[in-house]
Amino acid sequence: MTRRPVACAVLLLTTIGTGCKHASTSASTLKPTATGVAIVVSSGDKQTAPTGSVLTNPLVVQVNDDQGNSVTGALVEFHGPAGVLFDPAAVLTDSSGQATTAVRLGTIGGLYEVTATTPGKAHPVTLQIAETALGYQQQLGSILQDKYCSRCHNPESSAAQVSNYDNLAVKPHAFNDGQTLNKMSNADLLSIIQHGGPALNRSALMPPYGNTLSPTDVQAIIAYIRVMADPPYRPAGTVYEQK
Amino acid sequence: MKSVKQLISSVWRALFGDTMRAFAIVSVILMLTLAIAPAKDHFSQWHRYQNGYLSMISDRGDAISLRRRFEPGIQQIWHPEIGVVDRCETCHEGLKEASLADVTTQPFRKHPVIPHPLDRYGCTICHRGQGPATTVEEAHDSKLAGVDPILPARYIESGCGQCHQNALTGTPQLNLGRQYLAQYGCVNCHMVKTPDGTVMKATDNPPSLEHIADKTTRDWIFTWLKNPQAYAASATMPNYKLSDADASDLSAFLISSSKPQAGDVDATIIPAAKNADPSAGASLYGESFCATCHAVQNAAGNLVGGDVGPELTRVGNKVKPAWLQAWIENPRVYDEHTLMPHYRFTPQQVAMLTGYLMSKSDSDYSTDAHLGTATPAQIAHGRKLVVELGCAACHTINGVKKPDNFAPDLSQIGSKPLAQLIFLPGMKQTLPTYIASKIKDPGSFGPAMKMPQVPVTDAQREALTTALLSLSDRSQTMPDKLRIAGFHQTTYEPAGHAGKLMADLACMSCHRINGHGSDMAPDLSYEGSAVQAQWLDSFLKNPNTLRPALTRRMPRFNLSDADRKTLTDYIMVAYQSPAIDPDKAPPAVNPPALVEQGRQLFYSKYACQSCHTANTNTDKGYIGPVLAQVGTRLQPAWIYAWLKNPQALRPGTIEPNQNISDEDARAMTAFLMTLKSAGKQEGKQ
Repeated sequence: MTRRPVACAVLLLTTIGTGCKHASTSASTLKPTATGVAIVVSSGDKQTAPTGSVLTNPLVVQVNDDQGNSVTGALVEFHGPAGVLFDPAAVLTDSSGQATTAVRLGTIGGLYEVTATTPGKAHPVTLQIAETALGYQQQLGSILQDKYCSRCHNPESSAAQVSNYDNLAVKPHAFNDGQTLNKMSNADLLSIIQHGGPALNRSALMPPYGNTLSPTDVQAIIAYIRVMADPPYRPAGTVYEQK
Repeated sequence: MKSVKQLISSVWRALFGDTMRAFAIVSVILMLTLAIAPAKDHFSQWHRYQNGYLSMISDRGDAISLRRRFEPGIQQIWHPEIGVVDRCETCHEGLKEASLADVTTQPFRKHPVIPHPLDRYGCTICHRGQGPATTVEEAHDSKLAGVDPILPARYIESGCGQCHQNALTGTPQLNLGRQYLAQYGCVNCHMVKTPDGTVMKATDNPPSLEHIADKTTRDWIFTWLKNPQAYAASATMPNYKLSDADASDLSAFLISSSKPQAGDVDATIIPAAKNADPSAGASLYGESFCATCHAVQNAAGNLVGGDVGPELTRVGNKVKPAWLQAWIENPRVYDEHTLMPHYRFTPQQVAMLTGYLMSKSDSDYSTDAHLGTATPAQIAHGRKLVVELGCAACHTINGVKKPDNFAPDLSQIGSKPLAQLIFLPGMKQTLPTYIASKIKDPGSFGPAMKMPQVPVTDAQREALTTALLSLSDRSQTMPDKLRIAGFHQTTYEPAGHAGKLMADLACMSCHRINGHGSDMAPDLSYEGSAVQAQWLDSFLKNPNTLRPALTRRMPRFNLSDADRKTLTDYIMVAYQSPAIDPDKAPPAVNPPALVEQGRQLFYSKYACQSCHTANTNTDKGYIGPVLAQVGTRLQPAWIYAWLKNPQALRPGTIEPNQNISDEDARAMTAFLMTLKSAGKQEGKQ
């Protein structure tokens, strides 16, 4: 009878502890030769990838000294919520003061706050980095919006996809425009996508997609809009008091 | 000894000395024995999780409704026809509770939104693991031989692929994986029979080596074999890590087995090639939209262009100028089935392009192997290597038969029992790990392993693994009603003179017609119902841009008047949509009031100008085709039908179906038919 609870506890601990274990084992073998006082993102923040997958670009952070110059050989440790894996989880900065790691996101869709920490002179310096994991529904929304929505709603123009944003008399909202879109309810978004702008007394330049996209597809696009919102979307609805 | 005996007998007397006492003791023992079963149940793991769930929801505001939906005891989903017996919900109590979206502790998380109700398919069909088990370890991570552990989340799309043989929008990884199986030539050696009964075909188009000596030199073959990716970063040919001697012998055999191709040898280099302006060649390369299919590395090291044809970054290092010239002139002479169109370039243009492409060489890329003449022993050893390595599984080689079943059948690889796999020391003993490691480094599984290391990235390898995992036993034994068939190319070929011409121009390398061909360019199955004959003829003569935002465009083939007429006549007659009745077409010329009404609807009610440009002076819409001359391009019946339901005519088009009334559609058709090209209007006046 006692064997099972113990086995179960061990299993749970290993699951939870995987992320930290990586850091501790590899950090102990690294010998930092310098310390910095500041840590900044070089590249690889604010990426979006499906749950459980590795981010397309590695996360690169730079350690600087108090003069703002890069520091070589400083220790950087990466930590994240349960399920997030770093390869490597601890690394020394290279000759240009940069530490690079590949990030595998966890299995829950949503915003992930990962941290990069360097020991620092007096106290550890920590940097918060945000990455987004897309669950099935959000990823479906991402693919659909890429085909149907982004050419007008994304103001960024690239050679592969030229944006139509600048050609429109009434400017559409970018999907990460949380300031505006967070205030709109799911029902409003659903009706504007299905019935077009005039449904909510907005511009007719937004056509109706209710006959082209299934309700599931539209829900997926809304789920994508919600996960991409900056500032993050907090669902309204019944807020229950904790007993 | 005596004292022990005394002790036992005194205990015996104390317990069973008289009848009443003995009866009481036996009753107590019996009761305790009877309590074992319920106690075992009470202290079981799942029971603790259910208690944990109840205490978790008791802290929440919606505790009452959550508790009402809570079902105690073992929960089971049972679907005998698909072999599902899942008791996962015994512990995962909150899977269907929408209000638990914020809970992140397992096993109480809400299941993310998926297209299927959880009860209809169960859990193990996608997640694997042991459905009937009621302990965490047994269900998730059983060590018993031949059982599936839980699938890592990154391969979860393989679950969808068991029933869905078609490409779903929501499973990009699975779709890519299936594409890579064909694109990287995996299915040249491995048989993959999909559950709908079709055998997967490779799309990597490995070149035939029957006439290789016409095309390139032994030195280049040697250098290529040593490291294909050093020649072209995008090459899908694996690096076989051959020794210098082996690569040299292989090249010797390939050159010696090559037979000259009638027609393209000894083509005298057109003198213009020498004095052709290389910059003119570059602009001709651009004008001919070669980059739609061929990629070239730019100064920053990025590939620019398509991946249909081979990368041309160092083509000057590879091909012989005479061969290249003959190839550009008419590729179908060297390779009858090539995807490359016969462009009908003038000799001057052929010379310019040849000169330009020959200049695409890299002085750092050495093909200077100085192999000299091959000895018969080298050739014989080369032939032996060709047979051993299975080169003929992909390439056509004179005198070597394509091997049958060269590599293991992968049709059910997704359910391969673990007991049949040989794991490397230290490797996690699961099927996904095995498949991924095998693709990553087949050589590590032993020197006798013939499988080469396919040049794929980590993400591509995960996609390939996902696609292979979807080929499970269950996918084969699934009831037919659950199976969704994939898209399969038809064998349609256009007939007659026009058919020959279309094959020569390789129309179906870009366009799809009646289910056959590529989906790069618009489907032409109903083109005859859509466009006007005169416009089609002028478009074939000089293709102008219909969609300004696209980078891939229709190239210009120097077609003769007669050829254009053949094509136009055939397309106009053969490619008619059954949904359009030409006798009920709305009139092409309409009263001005109706035209004005259509104009108003176009600009205000439906705001078509957000995507289309009807008036080049005022409109800016940049997504759909320019409509400024649509009245000379499209037929009124097509415009009307398109406005009514675009997806019915071209499935998947992004133009939304706006549920336009018959009246509005007629008015807008009338307006659009007045948008004619300048030349046409002058003609009228």
